[in-house]
Amino acid sequence: MIWNRRHLLDLQSLTATELITILDTARSFKTINERAVKRVPPLRGKTVVNLFVEPSTRTRISFELAALRLSADVINFTAESSSLKKGETLKDTLRNLEALNADFIILRHHASGAPHFLARFAQAHIVNAGDGAHEHPTQGLLDVFTIRERKGNIAGLRVTILGDILYSRVARSNIWALLKLGAHVTVAGPSTLVPRVFEQWGCRVTWNLKEAIEDADVINLLRIQHERQRVTMFPNLGEYTALFGLNPQRMQWVKPDALIMHPGPINRGIEIESEVADGPQSVILEQVNNGLAVRMAVLFLLNGGRGPASSELDPKMVSKPAELTGVSAPS
Amino acid sequence: MAHEIAERNFPGRDLVLVGIQGGGVNVTRRLSPLLNAVLGISVPLGTLDVTMHRDDLDWHRVPEIRPTDIPFALEGRTAVLVDDVLFHGRTVRAALDALHAFGRPGRVQLAVLIDRGHRELPIHADFVGKSIDTTLVERVIVRIGVSPDDDEVWLT
Repeated sequence: MIWNRRHLLDLQSLTATELITILDTARSFKTINERAVKRVPPLRGKTVVNLFVEPSTRTRISFELAALRLSADVINFTAESSSLKKGETLKDTLRNLEALNADFIILRHHASGAPHFLARFAQAHIVNAGDGAHEHPTQGLLDVFTIRERKGNIAGLRVTILGDILYSRVARSNIWALLKLGAHVTVAGPSTLVPRVFEQWGCRVTWNLKEAIEDADVINLLRIQHERQRVTMFPNLGEYTALFGLNPQRMQWVKPDALIMHPGPINRGIEIESEVADGPQSVILEQVNNGLAVRMAVLFLLNGGRGPASSELDPKMVSKPAELTGVSAPS
Repeated sequence: MAHEIAERNFPGRDLVLVGIQGGGVNVTRRLSPLLNAVLGISVPLGTLDVTMHRDDLDWHRVPEIRPTDIPFALEGRTAVLVDDVLFHGRTVRAALDALHAFGRPGRVQLAVLIDRGHRELPIHADFVGKSIDTTLVERVIVRIGVSPDDDEVWLT
């Protein structure tokens, strides 16, 4: 296995082989997480900065714990407490962090393409922890890891992603990874949140819940992202629940061995009823557990990734995300 | 080697064998039944992957991480680390680190099939199958086959 990348910016630009390399490495790290002593030394002496310009709890904690388990030093940096509030540019923030010898910068940002922008100048390894509505690569990886662990293989599986697809970076990262590994992907939800443009990516698009879930091997539910919607995309949450909420009655349509997934945070009673979220088909907490192993694998691999240097990155990469999402990021 | 290990540690009730992932695990496959026969008991077996603890990881390839399985408590026991070839001693140093993540053995001993010299660290083997003189550019390859008749050691 060969690994050359310095940064993890998105899953769209990874090859199937690179995806498999990360997933296989994550499997090894999962066994380390099951040991009595969970700390190993490969990132000893390295500094990991969690630069979270947009709030997040679970992703930040997961990255923090992953870095600590690899023996790195971790600094948490949130927008509320930073000079970004005082008007410092993201580039200047990067330069300051690098002046303190940061080796990894884990970036969560509301603007699509922010990590690609930083990667043009960065000496440090840049990891995208979610950029606007573009991608959330480690979430996509941990979802695929969970599916692969439960189902054995990705190729040929029918995976339905249900909910707010338009504004979801989780959906985009999942779609890229799943398609590259040979899954059949269906995106479903209200027509205003599930545009037909996803057919051009190779997904099936449906606005009918029963059609979306009855033959699925995996159902990945997404939260409605109120904070990203500039105008209301459907009448109200009650109507969403009535038409698309997953409840025990509708679970009758679902295959008995289908996995129910959710990237969290769950809105119980809106997109999913508690009986389903806590039911036997739910792997929601496994996803969280696997996220740690996946993030350890990503940090471990990037640490060894030597090239290409940031200056050699294709500058087109930076303009790409906005075109692809079809959504400009809310400010 | 099995006789030496048995003799040094008789009656061997505290013994555990820990094969270092890669060649060491293969050597343990041969060593373990012989040792059990000499002592007349079943010595617990473990495997140890030292990748995470190396100070000389080769980043041109993705380091392969193999299973570590220490299904017993190490506290107070005599752990015999087993490897195929002892060279710079860096693998053994990493193995000592890795082993201590699992507990504090009373004693650690080292058994290697081939000692080829050129140590870079103050490490020596307690039990050696064969010592051979090598130059730095030569390679020592140990192949443990399906049956003992297929086992080979190559110097190239």
